[in-house]
Amino acid sequence: MQLTLWTYEGPPHVGAMRIAASMEGVHYVLHAPQGDTYADLLFTMIERQDRRPPVSYTTFQARDLGGDTATLVKDAVARAFERFQPEVLLVGESCTAELIQDQAGALAVSLALPVPVVPLELPAYSKKENWGAAETLYQLVRSLLKDRVPPPGAARPSRPEGRPPRANILGPTRLGFRCRDDVAEITALLAQLGIEVNAVVPLGATAGDIRRLPDADFNVDLYPEVGRTTAAWLKRCFGMPCTQVVPMGVGATREFVAEVARLAGVDPSPVLGLEHPGRAGLGASASRLPWYSRSVDSTYLTGKRVFIFADATHAIAAARVASEEMGLTVVGLGTYSREFARDVREAAQRYGVEALVTDDYLEVESAIAAASPELVLGTQMERHIAKRLGVACAVISAPIHVQDVPARYSPVLGFEGANVLFDSWVHPLMMGLEEHLLQMFRGDFEFHDGASASHLHAVARPTPAAAFAAEPAAAPAVAGGSEPAWTREGEEELRKIPFFVRGKARRNTERFAAERGMKVITIETLYEAKAHFGR
Amino acid sequence: MSAAPQAVLRDCRETPVLRERGQREVFCGLTGIVWLHRKMQDAFFLVVGSRTCAHLIQSAAGVMIFAEPRFGTAILTDRDLAGIADANDELDRVCATLLERRPDITTLFLVGSCPSEVIKLDLAKAAERLNGRFLPRVRVLSYSGSGIETTFTQGEDNALRALVPSLPRSEERQLLVVGCLADVVEDQFRRCFDALGIGPVRFLPARRAADLPAVGPGTLLLAAQPFVGETVRALVARGARLLASPYPFGAEGTTAWLTTAAQSFGVPAERVRTVLAPLEERARASLARYRDVLAGRRLFLMPDSQLELPLARFLNREMGMELVEVGTPYLDRMMVGEELPLLPAGVTLSEGQDVERQLERVRAAQPDITVCGLGLANPLEAEGLTTKWSIELVFTPIHGYDQCGDLAEVFARPLDRRRRLAL
Ligand code: SF4
Ligand code: SF4
Repeated sequence: MQLTLWTYEGPPHVGAMRIAASMEGVHYVLHAPQGDTYADLLFTMIERQDRRPPVSYTTFQARDLGGDTATLVKDAVARAFERFQPEVLLVGESCTAELIQDQAGALAVSLALPVPVVPLELPAYSKKENWGAAETLYQLVRSLLKDRVPPPGAARPSRPEGRPPRANILGPTRLGFRCRDDVAEITALLAQLGIEVNAVVPLGATAGDIRRLPDADFNVDLYPEVGRTTAAWLKRCFGMPCTQVVPMGVGATREFVAEVARLAGVDPSPVLGLEHPGRAGLGASASRLPWYSRSVDSTYLTGKRVFIFADATHAIAAARVASEEMGLTVVGLGTYSREFARDVREAAQRYGVEALVTDDYLEVESAIAAASPELVLGTQMERHIAKRLGVACAVISAPIHVQDVPARYSPVLGFEGANVLFDSWVHPLMMGLEEHLLQMFRGDFEFHDGASASHLHAVARPTPAAAFAAEPAAAPAVAGGSEPAWTREGEEELRKIPFFVRGKARRNTERFAAERGMKVITIETLYEAKAHFGR
Repeated sequence: MSAAPQAVLRDCRETPVLRERGQREVFCGLTGIVWLHRKMQDAFFLVVGSRTCAHLIQSAAGVMIFAEPRFGTAILTDRDLAGIADANDELDRVCATLLERRPDITTLFLVGSCPSEVIKLDLAKAAERLNGRFLPRVRVLSYSGSGIETTFTQGEDNALRALVPSLPRSEERQLLVVGCLADVVEDQFRRCFDALGIGPVRFLPARRAADLPAVGPGTLLLAAQPFVGETVRALVARGARLLASPYPFGAEGTTAWLTTAAQSFGVPAERVRTVLAPLEERARASLARYRDVLAGRRLFLMPDSQLELPLARFLNREMGMELVEVGTPYLDRMMVGEELPLLPAGVTLSEGQDVERQLERVRAAQPDITVCGLGLANPLEAEGLTTKWSIELVFTPIHGYDQCGDLAEVFARPLDRRRRLAL
């Protein structure tokens, strides 16, 4: 039993719903009680889908148990088939139905419907949403392609002369992060290299698209959380190579271009010819990020502390962008995707931090409070944490909320994606010049502690200092347990420090004093600590 | 949910009811936790269930407001399923940890879910066991919010029902208002009862779960919500008497509700009029500005909260709306007996649901406004229909005179938007 207050991922059948809802002509019959229909609203409200997800529920009740729930399943499958005329049926169980062991999938198969029926077994008591999505996609692809698997050892047919290279894009789903726009961006990028997109799976795909997967020369796995299992199978059975780089950020996009050019056997220069690593100015890249990060205003970003927590793919990529492409300091990196813990641990090492792998929201909150970042990049859960702590935040990954599905085009992959990352991470921070002015005029009443940046909503928000001070975990208790006390003068001087760095100043000073066994903190202690810790 | 025949039954009031059994598109009773925990600020709701249950509450709550909400889910894992004995030990461990961390909690509700009920994890026994350990500091209670037993608001009914055995006994003549009300509404009603000279008046639930009202033969029950039937039955079993009444939605309903109480307490009719007339007038004034928008509009209520009947009555009688179909997940005649005769003759009532068939009726009828769950609202809007999500009706204060305008506005706004948008 695991006490959970908020969850990052839903149950695995919600992952299966994401696959079904992403596709055309697929229907999912779910053996589940009525309350489980809540999952429809994830699609219709959060993503503003204009149609219901293609899911029928058996909505069995207590009085049906002991009776014939198996008939319920069969009826539901038969009626869903009749009403929705799908090309493929997915049939599975939610957590409760798994316990009553009706074997919904097998029952559905026994109906011998004239379309493929894919039974799904998604263990609800050990697995979660992303795993469920990955497994569902894999089962679906496998069952639609099993007739096409060549005998082991058969050589992969080479691309006919004159036909442009083709790629599949794997992994984009509904309720994923910015998938719709990422696909458009990457499709355009591939087109620049003369590579055609053969199929995008599952977003917008039909059963026919899945059957055509082996017609491509290679796969682009944009979202490994969902696509990796399928990509690995396609590699194993069809010898299709797959990309390893996720093109998030300028550097990764350049590497991705090199990788796909190699896999496709094409010249990367139509894209890479315009990229000039190391050069300044607007001509340095197809993205404005490199120049914006080098522009004078952006020095205020330099060394700003950033805490990152997301799905593994977005977390790892964001850490690289933050550190190499915006000059931020990564003070925390973590993920809720346990399946990808190793990748995140490896990445964390590069920034000298210990990876936080957990799906315990409270643990994430206290880790963020302890790291006292100036920017949090996270999921919609971290948005709430950051709000409470009074820290700037941008959302970079699912789980998302309605505001993370913008009306405008806003990919996060590719060169335009890098522009979007720059804008959306910088926006919540104080603008450079403004931060400078705040320092100059900090005595003026307009710049009181509660003042937020003028380009943000005028909301009273807790100052970082107040929030962090209220956070018991952040107060270091060193030997003896008696914490040093602030003198009145010391406190007053502390208040003169701009509020957005005051929390750190307070903690650093307290730690400095505690480590030296000082009982009181005076103005001198404050400045000694400042000299000791630097900025 | 086989393709059951749609039986049209007749009851004594000659109200035909369409009984449907098919796919239901409603939340389970766990959802009630979202508003119950706001009301009872010293209670914690621990769902014993699956990741689905945790995800449902989170999704229904919509946004996270609290770092540590006063609800959570003890998520069952493979190990708990392997042995009930271990599951019990695990539950005790989770509760002990929780109560240690939350010294502010005086009442812990163990909330049963579909998985806990299917594996027959006995939460009533668990509560007893835990009470042995934690009383008097914390009282542990249990109820079912599962989707196999409860629909949406029935969760609140079960939670309140679970409090009943703990209520102290009293012979005192008193009014007990049953059903969760927003604090602001509770205060308004209290002022009304005071002005009428009705007292003492107690509320179930109280703002603190630990402040248990007494119950006994002198207790007169006034239900504030139509879905608290099981709680009312349990209170009646303890000697209380139910004052059947229309519900306090709209000016008319509120007057009827308060008047029911006043009559039972022997308040002279003249005094009732003097006290209520100005309030009712103010309420009617607040409704007047929405009447033009709503009058003559055709309304379809999908089954959801069991508030459908009283709301339909209000919208029909006070706002002049036409009722196409009034769906309810469950028709408890003891609880809506005073509402039924107020509905127009020939109205289509439906109980239960077969969502696909019901949607066909919606499409065929093309109502001006359809009240439905969150999963259906955008898809219906996309078909050109105007909707109102029903969950707002349990999350916003809509009872009483001074909320009349707000209640009407809830329905007027989607129509108003429709009128404004030139797209
Ligand atoms: S319907 Fe049952 S399993 Fe689903 S969320 Fe409700 S209690 Fe949990
Ligand atoms: S309301 Fe009472 S009298 Fe009427 S049909 Fe039902 S049980 Fe019979």
